[in-house]
Amino acid sequence: MSTTALPAAAGRPWRARLRFDASPVQVAAALLVLAFLLAFLLVPVGRVFLAAFTDGSGSLTLVHFGDFFRTSLFRESFLNSLYVAGMSVVVASILAVPLAIIVSRFRFPGAALVSTLGVLPLVMPPFVGAVAMQLVFGRNGSLNLLLMDWFDVRLDLMDGLNGVVFVQALHYFPFILMNLSASLSNIDTAMEEAGQNLGARGFTLMRTIVLPLALPGYLAGASLVFVKVFDDLATPLLLNVTNMLAPQAYLRVTSVGLGDPMGYVIGVILVVVSILAMGGAALLLRGRDYSMQQRGGGGLGRREMSAGQRALAWGFVVPTLLLVLAPHIGIALLSLATVWSFSPLPDGYTLAHFSTVLRETPQFLTNTLLYCGLAGLIDVVLGVTIAWLVLRTRLPGRRLLDMLAMSALAVPGLVLGIGILRSYFGVQLPDGTALATSWIMLTIVYAVRRLPYALRAATAALQQVHRSLEEAAENMGAGKVTTLTHIVIPLMAGGLAAAFVTSFATAAVELSATLVLATRDVDAPLSYGIYVFMQSPAGRGAGAALGVIAVLTVAICTFAANRLAERERRRRTRQEGTAP
Amino acid sequence: MTQRLPVTRRWTLGMAAGAAAAVSSAPARAQAALEPRLVIITSFSRDVTTPFVQAFEQRHPGTKVEVQNRSTTAAVAFVRETRSSPPDLFWASAPDAFEVMKQGNLLARPQIDTAGIPATIGAQPTHDAEGHYFGFAVSGYGMMYNTRYLRANRLPVPKEWADLKNPVYQGHVGISSPSRSGTTHLTIETILQGEGWEPGWAQLLEIAGNFAQVSDRSFGVPDAVNSGQYGIGIVIDFFGFSAKASGFPVEFVYPTVTTLVPANIAMIENSKSPNAARAFIQFLLSPAGQEVLLDPKVMRLPVRPETYAKAPAGFPNPFKDQSLGARVTFDNGVSEARYELLNSLFDRLITFRLRELTEAWKAVHAAEAALAKSNNAQGRELLAQARARLTRVPVTEAQAADPAIAGAFQPTRPDRPAGPRQAQLEEEWDRAAVAAYAEAKQLAERAQRAG
Repeated sequence: MSTTALPAAAGRPWRARLRFDASPVQVAAALLVLAFLLAFLLVPVGRVFLAAFTDGSGSLTLVHFGDFFRTSLFRESFLNSLYVAGMSVVVASILAVPLAIIVSRFRFPGAALVSTLGVLPLVMPPFVGAVAMQLVFGRNGSLNLLLMDWFDVRLDLMDGLNGVVFVQALHYFPFILMNLSASLSNIDTAMEEAGQNLGARGFTLMRTIVLPLALPGYLAGASLVFVKVFDDLATPLLLNVTNMLAPQAYLRVTSVGLGDPMGYVIGVILVVVSILAMGGAALLLRGRDYSMQQRGGGGLGRREMSAGQRALAWGFVVPTLLLVLAPHIGIALLSLATVWSFSPLPDGYTLAHFSTVLRETPQFLTNTLLYCGLAGLIDVVLGVTIAWLVLRTRLPGRRLLDMLAMSALAVPGLVLGIGILRSYFGVQLPDGTALATSWIMLTIVYAVRRLPYALRAATAALQQVHRSLEEAAENMGAGKVTTLTHIVIPLMAGGLAAAFVTSFATAAVELSATLVLATRDVDAPLSYGIYVFMQSPAGRGAGAALGVIAVLTVAICTFAANRLAERERRRRTRQEGTAP
Repeated sequence: MTQRLPVTRRWTLGMAAGAAAAVSSAPARAQAALEPRLVIITSFSRDVTTPFVQAFEQRHPGTKVEVQNRSTTAAVAFVRETRSSPPDLFWASAPDAFEVMKQGNLLARPQIDTAGIPATIGAQPTHDAEGHYFGFAVSGYGMMYNTRYLRANRLPVPKEWADLKNPVYQGHVGISSPSRSGTTHLTIETILQGEGWEPGWAQLLEIAGNFAQVSDRSFGVPDAVNSGQYGIGIVIDFFGFSAKASGFPVEFVYPTVTTLVPANIAMIENSKSPNAARAFIQFLLSPAGQEVLLDPKVMRLPVRPETYAKAPAGFPNPFKDQSLGARVTFDNGVSEARYELLNSLFDRLITFRLRELTEAWKAVHAAEAALAKSNNAQGRELLAQARARLTRVPVTEAQAADPAIAGAFQPTRPDRPAGPRQAQLEEEWDRAAVAAYAEAKQLAERAQRAG
């Protein structure tokens, strides 16, 4: 095992430094976290890279990459994936930028509506949304049937690549909306006033002050959308679009087999493009100073809207809301429909699909609760440990640990799934099943993939606990661990709960890795269940019913997370209010 | 269950020595005791598997059945890669996939009592002659169509494959890719065997000109027809029957060029629950198991003639209707030799180039409509050339059967990476297809201008 070799390898730099500033507990914690990340992130991804760069006899080669770029289908898939990801950013921006400007620049009575808009798509897994949108916006979906009846026109919104773009943009635009409005409202009014004092008005003010200051938020959101869409497997698969990279890798690995090098080559390309996109966004911002002297000066000055502006704003917000709600309505109708065929609305309604899924396969829901609950717990524990090591100790290499955990963001679920299969397929559990396809591995994969969310939340929560509280405890004679468990963690509780719920909710609708790893019905989670139930000649009602259950689960969790975060914020402001 | 379940010699081979010794020393007990866990890998949807699993578990309360859903091709790859601890049963439609697995020594030979089941149905043997796999239902291939859709678009009901060449169906037909769906593979192979290689491809490529979509899952097709995304789907019969039984406004027709092939079940070599696996196969073939086939969500043709007495009115009966599937005698040997090649060829010519292909056909149809009025000799000549480009397959039948070429398309395995030959051939076909479709489109546009 690679873990036994670790202390020796990591040992050298410590002894080289004579003054070693870490307790054994810290070292042990760091090593445990490192072992976990090595075993379930670095090694699997490393195996994918290795497989892509070696030939049959094990020597290094670039021939598979040559094959990849010589094959026109793969070249086309690569370009298609770039196109879909890029266009999704564009379309998502068209939706998100006006909304962000409306809420952060103007006093708009519908601001609450816009913030609802920002959450609604996120509770709908894109692959569930895709099915519903096919029914609403498809070739012969409700919208087109009505349009053909009334005006004899048809909108090809869901055809091929553009269908994928449409679904993805509608799902991911909140990332841009949230990041952009956060950075817009962080802009100090003083900045704007300074600009105005110097004579800048209107467009000049926007171009020279507001846009540059909002750029980091926009780029953070946009790069996230790009990466998510580029890596997504389930949405194109459910829309029957196969000439994109992720579906090609999935098809190669499941039909040709694990020995096929092309699956790995595509895996490497997915990872590299993800890193480039995220790194590129960071690079664009480098060398520019966006920090402001004061923070939280109340945001940009909000103006009153003129009647025309208000009409324009409503005219944008309401159709967007309808667009965003369409998949929700579609999936709800499908889950209640008896037969929905070539008509704007179903023929009749029934609760039979819900009773079918709850009677026949309650395990999908309980499995999801179990796996994602465990994954959330693992994430909170790992997140707190890493955050504590980074912020509160002087352990050498602690930043590396943080970076390693965050790098999971750039690893597509599909690639991690393939890597896990390749690394652990031979390892058998006592009952003879392969470790790679057991529920334990699924839980671990969820934990690894969602660790970055929990880690950022834990870091933020820990940063807000003032050092002096810990020092007070230590002065009273408490050891580091006692301080951590008695002082720090209770103070972080709210933030950690939010971290747990975020990890849980996003893991509950993970499908890329699940599709590769889950093999057995009894062990499978909700997302896999939805996928399996959708494959039926006798209608997709049962799949839709499971989809509704998943959406509700995620919605409840998201709501709970928001409430927890909100309560935490109020508690903190109250504390700050009483103690100056 | 009253059937005897003899312990075969073979199953001890793959077992751990201790367990094997325990069982062979107490054969009487082993007969009665089914293992607690039975794992089935299948391409069938939950609708099909659930009624059988529930009925089986009711009869054998001690055994819990686990179902793993995979497409046929993915299931074959999965079994190959889990040789050491495979699932117990492989349950799917496509007999050619079973043949591939049998050649790969992946299937066991359990003793199964098949009394009362005819040895042949249509022109096909019901079970594998060597006892590796067993037919539990038969299926034909054909077209399912949405009656509301056809009415709304004023489309005629198709009866034969050739009807689908009609330009009125432009954008109204769907199929799944044979490389992703074992049943579509059989349909394509049946057409090629029934019509001959080159005429068969010409027909396929012309029908493909009307395709709205080539989905990568067989279920994508009935789903799209059910919901009316397109009107006609090329599918296996029970997709149509079960959708209709579930209330969707769809119908299914068998064209003359179809074949009745058995859907099969087989025990996988090294199965860890051989007794339960055998009991499941036996149950599937028993009169009680056969009746489950008539469940509205299953709707497959039973292999026991007496079960048809319980079928709903209008349900096809191959034991009475001798014309059904009689025209084509499906040759498994021919099919197996070009199995992988056919999948790849279809994808290069049709799946991955669907846009180019349909646009070229659109141009041809438009030119034909224009020329129908003006009878222009030059236009007709150009049009004939365009059609020739669009209906030509870049591989001859002899090449497709040639081990030197078809052999390059064996499935890749961990110990044997894909040969460069396959990539090279695929690239050649892809280029040939793109060039031919572009030329055809130009020719057709010139023809239209001439007319």
